[in-house]
Amino acid sequence: MAIILDHISYIYEKDTPMEHRALDDICLTIPDGQFIGIIGHTGSGKSTLVQHLNGLMEASEGHVYYNGEDIYDKDYDMKKLRSNVGLVFQYPEHQLFEIDVFTDVCFGPKNLGLEKKEVELRAYEALKQVGLPDEYFYQSPFELSGGQKRRVAIAGVMAMKPKVLILDEPTAGLDPKGREEILDMIKRLQKETGLTVILVSHSMDDVAEYVDRIIVMNKGRVMYDDTPKEVFKNYKELEEVGLSAPQVTYIMHALKDKGLNVNTTATTIEEAAEEIWKKLG
Amino acid sequence: MGIIKADDVTFEYIRRDEEGNVEGITTAVDHVSLDIKKGQFIAILGHNGSGKSTLAKHMNAILYPTEGTLWVDGMDTKAEEHVWDIRQRAGMVFQNPDNQIIGQVVEEDVGFGPENMGIPTKEIWERVEESLRAVGMYEFRKHSPNKLSGGQKQRVSIAGVLAMHPQCIVLDEPTAMLDPNGRKEVIRAIRGLNDVEGITVILITHYMEEIIYADKVFVMDQGAIAMEGTPREIFSQVEKLKSLRLDVPQVTMLAYELKKKGMNLPDGILITKELIDALRI
Repeated sequence: MAIILDHISYIYEKDTPMEHRALDDICLTIPDGQFIGIIGHTGSGKSTLVQHLNGLMEASEGHVYYNGEDIYDKDYDMKKLRSNVGLVFQYPEHQLFEIDVFTDVCFGPKNLGLEKKEVELRAYEALKQVGLPDEYFYQSPFELSGGQKRRVAIAGVMAMKPKVLILDEPTAGLDPKGREEILDMIKRLQKETGLTVILVSHSMDDVAEYVDRIIVMNKGRVMYDDTPKEVFKNYKELEEVGLSAPQVTYIMHALKDKGLNVNTTATTIEEAAEEIWKKLG
Repeated sequence: MGIIKADDVTFEYIRRDEEGNVEGITTAVDHVSLDIKKGQFIAILGHNGSGKSTLAKHMNAILYPTEGTLWVDGMDTKAEEHVWDIRQRAGMVFQNPDNQIIGQVVEEDVGFGPENMGIPTKEIWERVEESLRAVGMYEFRKHSPNKLSGGQKQRVSIAGVLAMHPQCIVLDEPTAMLDPNGRKEVIRAIRGLNDVEGITVILITHYMEEIIYADKVFVMDQGAIAMEGTPREIFSQVEKLKSLRLDVPQVTMLAYELKKKGMNLPDGILITKELIDALRI
């Protein structure tokens, strides 16, 4: 059970002077149950990449395999793929539209053609999974706070029972606590249900804290693909492509430059505090 | 009186259901008083729904107080005859750059404001040039805005406001949708306006590290001002900020964790150099 991208390229206006490779020969394997972060500056190809994972965009070159099957085969069941690989867009609350929260979350499974009872069961489970309290179920989704709206939007995708959940900047515009709550919730889902999670993010601090593996995109190519520690060792190269390391990584380097013999690979505050305490405490 | 003065400002709105029946009244801004001096760099923090954007919209007469008075450069925002003067004096920049850019070419977009003010053509071009230089976008003056990165677009939006020669610029989460590099560019441009041009800046943000150079910080909660002070005074109160759904910069958090472990460090460390000095390395 995995998604394999085999030499994927996506080319705009092919064979014209305007030809532009938004994705350029991407090879990636996404195994089950991983928590993956995708980072890259605006226009680096992150969003184009994730839209290939559920067949929303079709590659100009190369193949995408889901569970060993080529999704570009003409009799491949694309609808099934899309319920298995759920995509939560940026500002997903803009796509809420039903009269109450529960009806909104039912929309996806209803469209799968499931029985009413099953649809409602799934909606209930999904809302529980995202941690939305019962008293909100029959409220208009437009009356909820920003963080809660976003939970409802994620529940709408979870109700399709996906095996892979892709989220494009799920915390944009939320306050710090709201960011933490959403990411904690996603991490819990991933741990408890064995879901594969792919998080597209602009926050290096968040990525460092939550994911197992980081894919760095630049100019349509994979620049790094490794654990957060290994990736953020290349902080100078990351800066050259418009990214950075988490702030704590810079602090550790500054301490080292001053002569304190610390290990500079810390990417979270706890690790950094632990390391400094070991040396100075 | 400062450039912006609020005296006991309250803003209430009536919530209605779908049939238009009154459901209740929400107090979005609750008895806020503040006095912002010319040339200050002011930051406003607060969780989603705390009332900070509603307050900001009072500063250029998009909203008027239900009770109390708000003056911009001595003009009462409730007086209709002042509305254009107020908007010229206090410019506003919003979160999404795509909603604020209308021109086909960068310099046209920046010229839109002064043109509407009836400024002579020659002076419009002078203003466009100086504004684009101030935000470091002069070399892009002939470009199409839709080919720019998020940070570049946002700087064009700021130049558009600058070209109206405001005394004060209110930015409502200008970096929320940007990648790390874009965030840095925009914050650098904003600080430059404040330091070099002496323009009063009011910055609303969810990113704590963006405001460590502010002269004063207001923290909002439930429509009221919950905390007020210098960044150091504010960020010394880690627990209180957390209870208001906010955060502190990573270096502040690291110092706080080290202190909890038993290290003797001062409260409210804001930059790496202060931490290094305090650790006596």
